Amino acid sequence: MTDFHLAQMNVARLRAPLEDPSVAEFVAGLDLMNELADRSPGFVWRLKEEDVDEATLPGPRDPAVIATMSVWESLEHLRAYVYQSAHLDYLRQRRDWFVPGGSALVLWWVEAGHIPSLHEALKRIHRLSTEGPGPEAFTFRQTFSPRPPAERPEILPARPA
Amino acid sequence: MTTSENWDDLAAVTALSDGVRRSAYQAVADGGPEPVGRDEVADTLGVGRTLAAFHLDKLVDAGLLQVSYARRTGRSGPGAGRPAKLYRVVPWEHSVSVPPRAYRDAAEMLAEAVDRSGADQALYEVAREQGRREPASDPAAALAERGYSPVAGPDRIELRNCPFHRLAEQFPPLICGMNLALVDGMVAGSEWTARMDPAPGRCCVTLCKNKSD
Repeated sequence: MTDFHLAQMNVARLRAPLEDPSVAEFVAGLDLMNELADRSPGFVWRLKEEDVDEATLPGPRDPAVIATMSVWESLEHLRAYVYQSAHLDYLRQRRDWFVPGGSALVLWWVEAGHIPSLHEALKRIHRLSTEGPGPEAFTFRQTFSPRPPAERPEILPARPA
Repeated sequence: MTTSENWDDLAAVTALSDGVRRSAYQAVADGGPEPVGRDEVADTLGVGRTLAAFHLDKLVDAGLLQVSYARRTGRSGPGAGRPAKLYRVVPWEHSVSVPPRAYRDAAEMLAEAVDRSGADQALYEVAREQGRREPASDPAAALAERGYSPVAGPDRIELRNCPFHRLAEQFPPLICGMNLALVDGMVAGSEWTARMDPAPGRCCVTLCKNKSD
Protein backbone atom coordinates (compact mmCIF):
# COMPACT_ATOMS: atom_id res chain seq x y z
CA MET A 1 0.00 0.00 0.00
CA THR A 2 2.70 2.44 0.99
CA ASP A 3 4.93 4.01 -1.62
CA PHE A 4 7.21 5.41 1.04
CA HIS A 5 9.96 3.96 3.14
CA LEU A 6 11.42 5.38 6.33
CA ALA A 7 15.07 6.46 6.38
CA GLN A 8 17.05 6.86 9.57
CA MET A 9 20.39 8.42 10.42
CA ASN A 10 22.06 8.44 13.80
CA VAL A 11 25.27 10.28 14.54
CA ALA A 12 26.98 9.82 17.90
CA ARG A 13 30.27 10.76 19.52
CA LEU A 14 32.09 7.94 21.28
CA ARG A 15 33.90 8.61 24.55
CA ALA A 16 37.00 7.13 22.92
CA PRO A 17 38.02 6.02 19.42
CA LEU A 18 36.76 2.60 18.25
CA GLU A 19 40.10 0.92 18.99
CA ASP A 20 40.03 1.98 22.67
CA PRO A 21 39.37 -0.80 25.25
CA SER A 22 36.78 1.39 27.05
CA VAL A 23 34.38 1.00 24.13
CA ALA A 24 35.25 -2.63 23.39
CA GLU A 25 31.82 -3.82 24.56
CA PHE A 26 30.14 -1.45 22.16
CA VAL A 27 32.31 -2.64 19.28
CA ALA A 28 31.65 -6.28 20.22
CA GLY A 29 27.90 -5.71 19.98
CA LEU A 30 28.05 -3.78 16.72
CA ASP A 31 28.13 -6.79 14.38
CA LEU A 32 25.43 -8.57 16.40
CA MET A 33 23.13 -5.55 16.20
CA ASN A 34 23.76 -5.13 12.46
CA GLU A 35 22.99 -8.80 11.88
CA LEU A 36 19.83 -8.44 13.97
CA ALA A 37 18.79 -5.45 11.84
CA ASP A 38 19.48 -7.34 8.60
CA ARG A 39 17.08 -10.13 9.56
CA SER A 40 14.43 -7.92 11.23
CA PRO A 41 11.01 -7.63 9.57
CA GLY A 42 10.74 -4.55 7.36
CA PHE A 43 14.50 -4.03 6.95
CA VAL A 44 15.36 -2.61 3.51
CA TRP A 45 18.94 -1.31 3.53
CA ARG A 46 21.74 -0.06 5.73
CA LEU A 47 24.93 1.84 5.10
CA LYS A 48 27.97 -0.39 5.31
CA GLU A 49 31.42 0.89 6.15
CA GLU A 50 32.90 -0.32 2.88
CA ASP A 51 30.33 1.74 0.95
CA VAL A 52 31.43 5.04 2.46
CA ASP A 53 33.78 7.10 0.32
CA GLU A 54 35.74 9.07 2.93
CA ALA A 55 36.78 11.60 0.29
CA THR A 56 33.19 12.80 -0.18
CA LEU A 57 32.65 13.52 3.53
CA PRO A 58 32.54 17.20 4.51
CA GLY A 59 35.20 18.51 6.88
CA PRO A 60 37.96 16.64 8.68
CA ARG A 61 37.10 13.11 9.86
CA ASP A 62 36.69 12.77 13.65
CA PRO A 63 37.50 9.15 14.53
CA ALA A 64 35.21 9.27 17.62
CA VAL A 65 32.13 10.24 15.61
CA ILE A 66 30.25 7.29 14.19
CA ALA A 67 27.05 7.11 12.18
CA THR A 68 24.41 4.60 11.24
CA MET A 69 22.01 4.95 8.35
CA SER A 70 19.25 2.62 7.25
CA VAL A 71 15.94 2.33 5.40
CA TRP A 72 12.84 0.47 6.63
CA GLU A 73 9.46 -0.39 5.17
CA SER A 74 7.65 1.52 7.92
CA LEU A 75 8.09 3.46 11.13
CA GLU A 76 6.61 0.51 13.05
CA HIS A 77 9.24 -1.84 11.63
CA LEU A 78 12.09 0.45 12.66
CA ARG A 79 10.55 1.03 16.09
CA ALA A 80 10.18 -2.72 16.64
CA TYR A 81 13.87 -3.26 15.85
CA VAL A 82 15.15 -0.31 17.88
CA TYR A 83 12.95 -0.60 20.96
CA GLN A 84 11.33 -4.05 21.01
CA SER A 85 14.29 -6.32 20.35
CA ALA A 86 17.63 -7.14 21.98
CA HIS A 87 18.74 -3.75 20.59
CA LEU A 88 16.98 -2.00 23.50
CA ASP A 89 19.35 -3.48 26.06
CA TYR A 90 22.31 -2.41 23.92
CA LEU A 91 20.84 1.09 23.71
CA ARG A 92 20.34 1.18 27.48
CA GLN A 93 24.12 1.10 27.95
CA ARG A 94 24.75 3.99 25.55
CA ARG A 95 26.07 6.34 28.27
CA ASP A 96 28.97 4.01 28.93
CA TRP A 97 30.14 4.56 25.37
CA PHE A 98 28.79 7.87 24.09
CA VAL A 99 29.21 11.51 25.06
CA PRO A 100 25.83 12.94 26.18
CA GLY A 101 24.56 15.67 23.88
CA GLY A 102 26.92 14.53 21.14
CA SER A 103 24.37 12.47 19.28
CA ALA A 104 21.59 13.17 16.82
CA LEU A 105 18.89 10.99 15.32
CA VAL A 106 16.80 11.94 12.32
CA LEU A 107 13.99 10.14 10.51
CA TRP A 108 12.50 11.06 7.15
CA TRP A 109 10.43 9.50 4.40
CA VAL A 110 11.94 8.44 1.09
CA GLU A 111 10.17 7.10 -1.95
CA ALA A 112 10.25 3.32 -1.92
CA GLY A 113 13.32 2.13 -3.81
CA HIS A 114 15.35 5.28 -3.12
CA ILE A 115 18.59 4.78 -1.22
CA PRO A 116 19.54 8.03 0.52
CA SER A 117 23.05 9.43 0.25
CA LEU A 118 25.15 10.47 3.23
CA HIS A 119 24.95 14.05 2.03
CA GLU A 120 21.14 13.88 1.97
CA ALA A 121 21.06 12.44 5.50
CA LEU A 122 23.35 15.13 6.89
CA LYS A 123 21.07 17.77 5.38
CA ARG A 124 18.12 16.20 7.24
CA ILE A 125 20.08 16.30 10.50
CA HIS A 126 20.84 19.95 9.88
CA ARG A 127 17.21 20.67 9.11
CA LEU A 128 16.04 18.97 12.32
CA SER A 129 18.51 20.92 14.44
CA THR A 130 17.70 24.29 12.88
CA GLU A 131 13.94 24.04 12.27
CA GLY A 132 12.81 21.37 14.73
CA PRO A 133 10.70 18.31 13.87
CA GLY A 134 8.60 18.51 10.70
CA PRO A 135 7.48 16.19 7.88
CA GLU A 136 10.93 16.53 6.25
CA ALA A 137 12.96 15.59 9.33
CA PHE A 138 11.65 14.23 12.59
CA THR A 139 12.30 11.91 15.54
CA PHE A 140 10.54 8.99 17.24
CA ARG A 141 9.02 11.39 19.77
CA GLN A 142 7.19 13.44 17.14
CA THR A 143 6.44 11.60 13.94
CA PHE A 144 4.83 12.71 10.68
CA SER A 145 3.01 10.83 7.92
CA PRO A 146 4.58 10.62 4.47
CA ARG A 147 3.06 12.97 1.91
CA PRO A 148 4.02 13.34 -1.73
CA PRO A 149 5.40 16.87 -2.41
CA ALA A 150 2.60 17.73 -4.87
CA GLU A 151 -0.03 17.22 -2.22
CA ARG A 152 1.65 19.39 0.35
CA PRO A 153 -0.27 22.68 0.50
CA GLU A 154 1.63 25.83 1.42
CA ILE A 155 -1.32 27.05 3.45
CA LEU A 156 -4.03 24.82 4.86
CA PRO A 157 -7.22 25.32 2.83
CA ALA A 158 -10.14 26.67 4.82
CA ARG A 159 -12.71 24.08 5.75
CA PRO A 160 -16.11 24.60 4.16
CA ALA A 161 -18.55 25.69 6.85
CA MET B 1 -10.56 19.47 35.57
CA THR B 2 -10.35 22.44 33.29
CA THR B 3 -9.54 20.83 29.96
CA SER B 4 -11.81 18.78 27.73
CA GLU B 5 -9.30 15.93 27.97
CA ASN B 6 -9.84 15.82 31.72
CA TRP B 7 -13.60 15.59 31.24
CA ASP B 8 -13.15 12.65 28.86
CA ASP B 9 -10.91 10.95 31.41
CA LEU B 10 -13.45 11.61 34.15
CA ALA B 11 -16.23 10.08 32.01
CA ALA B 12 -14.02 7.04 31.34
CA VAL B 13 -13.22 6.50 35.00
CA THR B 14 -16.85 7.06 36.05
CA ALA B 15 -17.90 4.22 33.72
CA LEU B 16 -16.12 1.87 36.14
CA SER B 17 -18.23 2.82 39.18
CA ASP B 18 -20.69 0.00 38.42
CA GLY B 19 -19.50 -3.24 40.04
CA VAL B 20 -20.51 -5.59 37.21
CA ARG B 21 -18.98 -3.29 34.61
CA ARG B 22 -15.75 -3.09 36.61
CA SER B 23 -15.63 -6.90 36.68
CA ALA B 24 -16.22 -6.96 32.92
CA TYR B 25 -13.31 -4.56 32.44
CA GLN B 26 -11.11 -6.72 34.67
CA ALA B 27 -12.10 -9.86 32.74
CA VAL B 28 -10.95 -8.24 29.50
CA ALA B 29 -7.79 -6.84 31.13
CA ASP B 30 -6.90 -10.33 32.39
CA GLY B 31 -6.86 -11.48 28.77
CA GLY B 32 -3.74 -9.34 28.26
CA PRO B 33 -2.97 -8.58 24.63
CA GLU B 34 -5.41 -11.31 23.50
CA PRO B 35 -8.86 -9.93 22.69
CA VAL B 36 -11.74 -11.47 24.64
CA GLY B 37 -15.25 -12.32 23.42
CA ARG B 38 -18.64 -11.67 25.01
CA ASP B 39 -19.20 -15.31 25.88
CA GLU B 40 -15.95 -15.55 27.82
CA VAL B 41 -16.76 -12.40 29.80
CA ALA B 42 -20.31 -13.65 30.48
CA ASP B 43 -18.88 -16.97 31.73
CA THR B 44 -16.30 -15.28 33.95
CA LEU B 45 -18.89 -12.97 35.48
CA GLY B 46 -21.65 -15.56 35.71
CA VAL B 47 -24.11 -13.28 33.92
CA GLY B 48 -26.06 -13.57 30.68
CA ARG B 49 -24.48 -12.86 27.32
CA THR B 50 -26.76 -9.86 26.69
CA LEU B 51 -25.86 -8.22 30.00
CA ALA B 52 -22.15 -8.83 29.40
CA ALA B 53 -22.46 -7.30 25.92
CA PHE B 54 -24.28 -4.28 27.34
CA HIS B 55 -21.50 -3.54 29.83
CA LEU B 56 -18.73 -4.22 27.32
CA ASP B 57 -20.24 -1.79 24.83
CA LYS B 58 -20.61 0.86 27.56
CA LEU B 59 -16.88 0.42 28.26
CA VAL B 60 -16.15 0.91 24.55
CA ASP B 61 -18.26 4.11 24.53
CA ALA B 62 -16.31 5.35 27.54
CA GLY B 63 -13.01 4.81 25.69
CA LEU B 64 -11.74 2.08 28.02
CA LEU B 65 -12.01 -0.86 25.61
CA GLN B 66 -11.52 -1.21 21.88
CA VAL B 67 -13.26 -3.59 19.51
CA SER B 68 -12.00 -5.95 16.85
CA TYR B 69 -13.69 -8.66 14.84
CA ALA B 70 -12.29 -12.09 14.16
CA ARG B 71 -13.51 -15.57 13.33
CA ARG B 72 -12.85 -17.69 16.36
CA THR B 73 -11.40 -21.07 15.67
CA GLY B 74 -12.79 -24.30 17.05
CA ARG B 75 -16.40 -23.17 16.87
CA SER B 76 -19.15 -25.22 15.32
CA GLY B 77 -22.89 -24.96 14.93
CA PRO B 78 -25.03 -22.04 13.77
CA GLY B 79 -23.18 -18.72 13.61
CA ALA B 80 -19.75 -20.35 13.78
CA GLY B 81 -18.68 -18.71 10.53
CA ARG B 82 -19.61 -15.20 11.61
CA PRO B 83 -16.78 -12.98 12.93
CA ALA B 84 -17.11 -12.47 16.68
CA LYS B 85 -16.96 -9.05 18.33
CA LEU B 86 -13.87 -9.02 20.53
CA TYR B 87 -12.69 -6.60 23.18
CA ARG B 88 -9.35 -5.51 24.52
CA VAL B 89 -8.12 -2.79 26.85
CA VAL B 90 -6.95 0.42 25.15
CA PRO B 91 -3.18 0.89 25.57
CA TRP B 92 -3.37 4.48 26.81
CA GLU B 93 -4.31 5.49 30.32
CA HIS B 94 -7.00 7.65 31.87
CA SER B 95 -6.22 9.68 34.92
CA VAL B 96 -8.20 12.22 36.82
CA SER B 97 -6.83 14.63 39.38
CA VAL B 98 -8.92 16.92 41.56
CA PRO B 99 -7.71 19.65 41.77
CA PRO B 100 -5.60 19.53 38.55
CA ARG B 101 -2.08 18.17 38.92
CA ALA B 102 0.31 17.72 36.03
CA TYR B 103 2.78 15.09 37.20
CA ARG B 104 2.90 13.60 33.72
CA ASP B 105 4.15 16.88 32.28
CA ALA B 106 6.68 17.13 35.09
CA ALA B 107 7.82 13.55 34.45
CA GLU B 108 8.32 14.30 30.75
CA MET B 109 10.41 17.38 31.51
CA LEU B 110 12.49 15.51 34.08
CA ALA B 111 13.05 12.62 31.67
CA GLU B 112 14.09 15.01 28.92
CA ALA B 113 16.55 16.70 31.29
CA VAL B 114 18.06 13.38 32.41
CA ASP B 115 18.29 12.28 28.78
CA ARG B 116 20.01 15.48 27.67
CA SER B 117 22.48 15.58 30.51
CA GLY B 118 23.24 11.85 30.20
CA ALA B 119 22.44 11.23 33.87
CA ASP B 120 20.96 7.77 33.15
CA GLN B 121 23.14 6.09 35.77
CA ALA B 122 21.90 8.40 38.51
CA LEU B 123 18.30 7.52 37.61
CA TYR B 124 19.09 3.78 37.58
CA GLU B 125 20.68 4.07 41.03
CA VAL B 126 17.63 5.88 42.41
CA ALA B 127 15.32 3.25 40.87
CA ARG B 128 17.34 0.33 42.26
CA GLU B 129 17.36 1.89 45.75
CA GLN B 130 13.60 2.42 45.50
CA GLY B 131 13.15 -1.24 44.53
CA ARG B 132 15.33 -2.44 47.41
CA ARG B 133 13.10 -0.54 49.83
CA GLU B 134 10.28 -2.88 48.81
CA PRO B 135 11.98 -6.26 48.86
CA ALA B 136 9.64 -8.89 47.45
CA SER B 137 9.49 -12.35 48.98
CA ASP B 138 6.70 -13.05 46.48
CA PRO B 139 7.72 -11.09 43.35
CA ALA B 140 4.51 -11.82 41.42
CA ALA B 141 2.36 -10.41 44.23
CA ALA B 142 4.61 -7.36 44.67
CA LEU B 143 4.64 -6.67 40.93
CA ALA B 144 0.84 -7.07 40.78
CA GLU B 145 0.63 -4.51 43.59
CA ARG B 146 2.66 -2.10 41.45
CA GLY B 147 0.34 -2.60 38.47
CA TYR B 148 2.57 -4.78 36.27
CA SER B 149 -0.14 -7.48 35.72
CA PRO B 150 2.33 -10.36 36.09
CA VAL B 151 1.71 -13.75 34.49
CA ALA B 152 3.69 -16.22 36.57
CA GLY B 153 4.99 -19.51 35.23
CA PRO B 154 7.14 -22.03 37.12
CA ASP B 155 10.43 -20.35 36.23
CA ARG B 156 9.47 -17.20 34.35
CA ILE B 157 7.28 -14.18 35.09
CA GLU B 158 6.07 -12.01 32.21
CA LEU B 159 4.66 -8.56 32.87
CA ARG B 160 1.66 -7.64 30.77
CA ASN B 161 1.38 -4.00 31.77
CA CYS B 162 4.02 -1.27 31.76
CA PRO B 163 3.25 1.17 34.59
CA PHE B 164 5.43 3.76 32.82
CA HIS B 165 3.92 3.15 29.37
CA ARG B 166 3.55 6.71 28.13
CA LEU B 167 6.95 7.84 29.33
CA ALA B 168 8.58 4.61 28.14
CA GLU B 169 7.19 5.24 24.65
CA GLN B 170 8.88 8.63 24.60
CA PHE B 171 12.21 7.77 26.24
CA PRO B 172 12.58 4.01 25.72
CA PRO B 173 16.20 3.33 26.72
CA LEU B 174 16.04 5.68 29.70
CA ILE B 175 12.68 4.64 31.16
CA CYS B 176 13.05 0.92 30.35
CA GLY B 177 16.48 1.06 32.03
CA MET B 178 14.89 2.73 35.06
CA ASN B 179 12.20 0.06 35.10
CA LEU B 180 14.76 -2.74 34.92
CA ALA B 181 16.72 -1.24 37.83
CA LEU B 182 13.52 -0.84 39.89
CA VAL B 183 12.39 -4.45 39.37
CA ASP B 184 15.98 -5.65 39.83
CA GLY B 185 16.04 -3.87 43.22
CA MET B 186 12.70 -5.42 44.21
CA VAL B 187 13.89 -8.99 43.58
CA ALA B 188 17.46 -8.51 44.85
CA GLY B 189 18.35 -11.41 47.13
CA SER B 190 15.38 -13.50 45.94
CA GLU B 191 15.51 -16.54 43.68
CA TRP B 192 14.50 -14.39 40.68
CA THR B 193 16.55 -12.32 38.24
CA ALA B 194 15.14 -9.39 36.26
CA ARG B 195 16.34 -8.95 32.72
CA MET B 196 15.59 -6.85 29.67
CA ASP B 197 13.47 -8.90 27.27
CA PRO B 198 11.47 -6.46 25.16
CA ALA B 199 8.55 -7.60 23.01
CA PRO B 200 5.52 -5.82 21.59
CA GLY B 201 2.49 -5.48 23.85
CA ARG B 202 4.08 -6.04 27.25
CA CYS B 203 6.62 -4.68 29.71
CA CYS B 204 10.26 -4.84 28.57
CA VAL B 205 11.36 -6.67 31.73
CA THR B 206 10.82 -10.36 32.50
CA LEU B 207 11.89 -12.37 35.53
CA CYS B 208 13.64 -15.71 35.39
CA LYS B 209 14.18 -18.10 38.26
CA ASN B 210 17.83 -18.46 39.20
CA LYS B 211 19.32 -21.83 38.45
CA SER B 212 19.88 -23.54 41.80
CA ASP B 213 22.75 -25.69 40.56
